[in-house]
Amino acid sequence: MRRKWVLRLVIFLASVVLWVQSSRSVSHASGISADNFTIHGFLQANYDMRITGQQPPNPQGGDLLFGEERFQLRLGYSNEKIRLFTRTDFFYDHVNNRPSIESREAYAEGSVGSSDLRAGRQILIWGVGDYLFINDIFAKDWGAFFSGRPVEYLRVPQDAFKLDLGTGKVSAEIVAIPFFQEDKLPPRSRFVQFDPFSGVARTTQEPRTEFQNTEVAARVYGTTWGFDTALYLYRGFFRMPALEANQPSMPTLVTETFPRLAVYGASTRGNALGGVVSAEVGYYDSLNDQAGHDPAIPNSSFRYLVGYQQQPWEDFTVGLQYYGELMFHYDAYRATLPSGFPDQDRHRQLMTLRLTQLFRNQTLRVGLFAFYSHTDQDYYLIPEVRYSISDNLWVAAVGNVFGGRRATTFFGQLDADDNLAVTVRYEF
Amino acid sequence: MNEKLLMARWAMALFLSLIPGAALAEDPASLVRQSQAAFHYAGTDLKARVKMTLLTKEGQQRLRDLMMLRKNEAEGNQRYFLYFHGPADVRGTVLMVYKYPNREDDRWLFLPALNLVQRVAARDSRSSFVGSDFSYEDISGRDVEADTHAVLRTEALGSRQTVVIESVPTREADYAKKVSWIDQVTFLPLKEEYYDVQGALYKVFMADEIRDVQGLPTATKRTMTNVKTGHKTEVVFESVAYDVGLSDDIFTERTLRRPPEKWLK
Repeated sequence: MRRKWVLRLVIFLASVVLWVQSSRSVSHASGISADNFTIHGFLQANYDMRITGQQPPNPQGGDLLFGEERFQLRLGYSNEKIRLFTRTDFFYDHVNNRPSIESREAYAEGSVGSSDLRAGRQILIWGVGDYLFINDIFAKDWGAFFSGRPVEYLRVPQDAFKLDLGTGKVSAEIVAIPFFQEDKLPPRSRFVQFDPFSGVARTTQEPRTEFQNTEVAARVYGTTWGFDTALYLYRGFFRMPALEANQPSMPTLVTETFPRLAVYGASTRGNALGGVVSAEVGYYDSLNDQAGHDPAIPNSSFRYLVGYQQQPWEDFTVGLQYYGELMFHYDAYRATLPSGFPDQDRHRQLMTLRLTQLFRNQTLRVGLFAFYSHTDQDYYLIPEVRYSISDNLWVAAVGNVFGGRRATTFFGQLDADDNLAVTVRYEF
Repeated sequence: MNEKLLMARWAMALFLSLIPGAALAEDPASLVRQSQAAFHYAGTDLKARVKMTLLTKEGQQRLRDLMMLRKNEAEGNQRYFLYFHGPADVRGTVLMVYKYPNREDDRWLFLPALNLVQRVAARDSRSSFVGSDFSYEDISGRDVEADTHAVLRTEALGSRQTVVIESVPTREADYAKKVSWIDQVTFLPLKEEYYDVQGALYKVFMADEIRDVQGLPTATKRTMTNVKTGHKTEVVFESVAYDVGLSDDIFTERTLRRPPEKWLK
């Protein structure tokens, strides 16, 4: 049965490629665009191997952290009134050994006057951080990011309504998300990582889909004196699970909950000091535990980042960022933290460095992204090489190297998961 | 383009063609200014489908297919909205530029796969435009005051009479000297030679085809050749239209995320 399915998928993919190839002689542009319809997509192979020789207990896939062949189909239709778009991925997963389908985007969009309403599955993103997120509270897939998958898979699509308002100087986006989507963390069956409740049974309690649980996010933005400036507001839930044990000592069940959260923030970005300067702040209001007494709920915090990007010479770019998280009610946090639990710094700080050099008329890209936290004493390095073999075909190799003094910090816990990913993609 | 201005240009051209080269030397900068006006600022706005072919010495080809929307603003400022139709791996990418003659441009990049708007830090003079042999400055023009200009001679280039001008940068540039052949009638640069600090020729620009579009002479085919590497970029401007009525709303962050389809076809 499964073989038949795979065979069908292979035949389908092959016929699409043939069809696209045969249509290519007609025009230089690839894919299909006829009147109001567009068809595009890609074929991709993507494998990621752990290279440390260590494995989590009962590993799924062994050292293969990720492996798949993927076909993406993007269908678009638009006329003056409405726009329909779908982005659907068909893939064969070699870790789970099964084919699967994932809808990445599927929405309808209509315009009335100067406002647009988009309803359906969509990728939501905002903020000015580079791999650092403050006001960008939308769902992320850290497992995908840590296994060297193409960076668009860091984003988890959300089923939402988005209203765009305003023109010219000031615009606004208002998002309503009725269906809660948690962040996807690296699976415990694939990644060696720290677990404060190792061996204890777990259950997840997501916010129910109810009217009062609808998340609301808003952004008002505009460009003045060359600076893109924005104000943000969010009312919803933490997307990283908070762990609630059924009894403090000797727990037998741990519940992953998603406490209520509000975020108020601002950002700005523009040309200065011979490059691009950016800054973002956000106040995280932990609505279910504003006094900070509940150890199972994250405390309120103030988060900030400043960034600077410059091009010292042709085709070489340097980006630097400094990020901090200042926890409120730290004394209450320390007082209620169960013994044996690793404590977080009152003021967690980290910095990032991005180096990118392009070669051969920008067809070869060599880059490094580095996180380093001197308060957590951990780091995460992402070296990358990408080459465009032709206008339609590229190949990339990405490393993910983790480390730190302690096995309990965000990056330090993944020390045994250093991995190397290879991706080949054919776009049409 | 109003007719008075066109008449004034013709009169100027006639005037220039009557006087010997020595007289032109009086204000070569104004000639360069006129040349820039004709080459980079024609019309109040512009819509053109631009096809760039990047050719390596070995004959490998890459295509950059984009829609260029350009609007002139006050004080020589300009806005560009460049939507990439191809190649496949950059389809839907938009580059938006607010160009200022006397300071670094504001530049935004929209990446459709990530639904992400970025600001780009890049120096105009030293950045290749999407991997081509053209720098950003070659595409959108360089401040006239950033070089000192001198008339070398007047001479015929093919069937056209040109003024040959030498420009030496006083501000950051990727060349040590540039020699331009400016058409005495249209003021378009027909040829440019770029020399490095050793005095060696390394880049040559050619306007291969000039057409009249709505009364405005337009270089519809251009080539930039890197003579050192043998890499070459051929650019064809297809379906050029001036004064199409681009509104300011097009050049905003919101439009980056949702490009205006009626202008892209």
